[in-house]
Amino acid sequence: MIFNDFNPLEDKTFRIIDNEGKVIDKARMPELDQETILNAYKSMLFARTADQMAVSYQRQGRMYTYPPILGQEAIQVAAGMIIREQDWLVPAFREMALMLAKGVSLKEIFLYYLGNEEGSNFAKANHVLPICVPIGSQYLHATGIGYSVKYQQKDEVVFPFIGDGGTSEGDFSEALNFAAVWEAPVVFTIQNNQYAISVPVKSQTRSINLAVKAVGFGMPGIKVDGNDFFAMYVAYKEALEHARAGKGPVLIEAYTYRKGAHTTSDDPSKYRTREEEKSWEKTDPLARLKKYMDSQGIVLENEEELIQSYKEEVDKQFLEAENFRPYDLEDVFNYMYVEMPDDLKRQKANYEQYLSWKEKRK
Amino acid sequence: MVQAINNAFDIKLAEDKTVVMFGEDVGVEGGVFRVTEGLQKKYGVQRVFDTPIAESAIVGTGLGMAMSGLRPVVELQFDGFTYPAFNQIISNVSRMHNRTRGRFKAPMVIRFPYGGAINAIEHHSESPEALYAHIPGIKVVVPSTPYDAKGLMISAIETDDPVIFMEPKRIYRAIKQEVPEEKFSIPIGKAKVLKEGTDVTVIAFGALIRECQKAIVMAEEAGISVELIDLRTIYPIDRETIVNSIKKTGRVVIVAEASESFSVGSELMAIANEEAFLSLEAPPKRVMGFDTIVPLAQGEPYYMVFPDRIFYEIEKTAKY
Repeated sequence: MIFNDFNPLEDKTFRIIDNEGKVIDKARMPELDQETILNAYKSMLFARTADQMAVSYQRQGRMYTYPPILGQEAIQVAAGMIIREQDWLVPAFREMALMLAKGVSLKEIFLYYLGNEEGSNFAKANHVLPICVPIGSQYLHATGIGYSVKYQQKDEVVFPFIGDGGTSEGDFSEALNFAAVWEAPVVFTIQNNQYAISVPVKSQTRSINLAVKAVGFGMPGIKVDGNDFFAMYVAYKEALEHARAGKGPVLIEAYTYRKGAHTTSDDPSKYRTREEEKSWEKTDPLARLKKYMDSQGIVLENEEELIQSYKEEVDKQFLEAENFRPYDLEDVFNYMYVEMPDDLKRQKANYEQYLSWKEKRK
Repeated sequence: MVQAINNAFDIKLAEDKTVVMFGEDVGVEGGVFRVTEGLQKKYGVQRVFDTPIAESAIVGTGLGMAMSGLRPVVELQFDGFTYPAFNQIISNVSRMHNRTRGRFKAPMVIRFPYGGAINAIEHHSESPEALYAHIPGIKVVVPSTPYDAKGLMISAIETDDPVIFMEPKRIYRAIKQEVPEEKFSIPIGKAKVLKEGTDVTVIAFGALIRECQKAIVMAEEAGISVELIDLRTIYPIDRETIVNSIKKTGRVVIVAEASESFSVGSELMAIANEEAFLSLEAPPKRVMGFDTIVPLAQGEPYYMVFPDRIFYEIEKTAKY
């Protein structure tokens, strides 16, 4: 089992292909047919296209803010292939590609960033929680769901995500501790993209890596090259098996790089150098997988046309989000409680009176 | 306002070696709103620094420093991210002086940007002043202009009690005002009558002062004379200024952005009833947010308090 083979205390990193796409760990290379690999690449390409377009919609003033996933596609596409429909996805807020894989629509994601709560009301992704902005707090919900599915004897595994910065929150440690004590079926992922807005990992922790934090809580942990699609795939596959076998939680550190800004409101040039950004360029997850595919004769035909068709699809979904029905006063009130208290009804009625006064003044 | 607060920090860091400043992204980046820009460069990483992401730790370690000779000024990045620190604030920061009968003091400033109408995503648009003002042992300050921000911040840092300093992010850069370079301070606990009037008293604070001023222009056009009070400090509240004004006008409209129930608005209405009951000629009125979560950007216009809604209530109260 890879969790035994890559001891985070020795700062080992699980990796299958190198930056040139060459297989360096043949024994652990997963048996995937060419079509599956091609589809994985396509999913990464679609996510990257959608991500870049999301940033440009924001730049055009059509969307308020957006946290890019650029550079983190391999982790999410690999996880998306392993996480089954009945499993639970508990995202932070930089998991767009994974949310797509689990049935959330781009339209819904866009609608959220267009400032409408309906964007968290996923039509086809019942076991996907909404994104979680209060850093790290979602990890505890995942542990709770882990207890719940175990109690209900369901064949469901929980997959929470967090960033490197989130590991400093108390909720992170508490969630790991509870999950370990309860032997809950939870596969924790840290997307270590090296930055919490402007703060680098070295200012976040003095641990030799983030996977090692698992050790103190008594669960397996592994540091994986997050830009290596195959390594991520294998890590998730084994993690799922571990959790399904009733062996409790595991922690995966997906070591990657946030190539974009924290959100569209952020300017990374304030706190990191072009040289550093360039040095990560060679690890790009799409480029690496492409090099592997080239070496194996797996051909992606008409890539330019494919990207064009992706752009059209993304644009279609964005327009659907933009043309979503106008936000109504009802939308502010209707979901605050299952049963609306009288006091809220009064406030709403008062506001309607004001609106009719405003209408008359025109 | 960003510059004015930065200038207050500059003055205090220069004159008082016990002042230290920290939080998420406050050092290298100078804060996500650039409020602490340039200070790490000028005063060094020992005094102005980035922390790991852990709000409870930021406030909890701040208390430790405050109890042992320093004057920490800590930043929590957004209103909606202050709650992990709530335990430290309500269970420890607010109580230390009382618990130890004054053996320990907690001279610290906990500052954060607050409020909505900036099209932000979830947890970035909240006005939690009532939550903090409800805690015995804490002072809560909210400036409405760059000048006030500087003067109040200097007082906040010099106060021996813990101060929650809420910065109205919506007007961080919206108001241009000449602020003197030299040190000055504005006392905590004193409200300010911004405009005198005879018919209705309007009480507000922070970003909504500007909205009130626009509403007052509408009211005066309609022949209503309005007195405007800027609270400046939520707690300790300046009863004297409030009560004198209500006694004079007999009518009061309270304007704030938070949910109205159990709010600063509720407190002001209680004060009006307790101390100016016989002068009241109309029921005190609140113009505030609904008892709902601040909606996301598309729904925010319903929730936020804009001038015409303030005018609507001023007119109704004046005519009552």
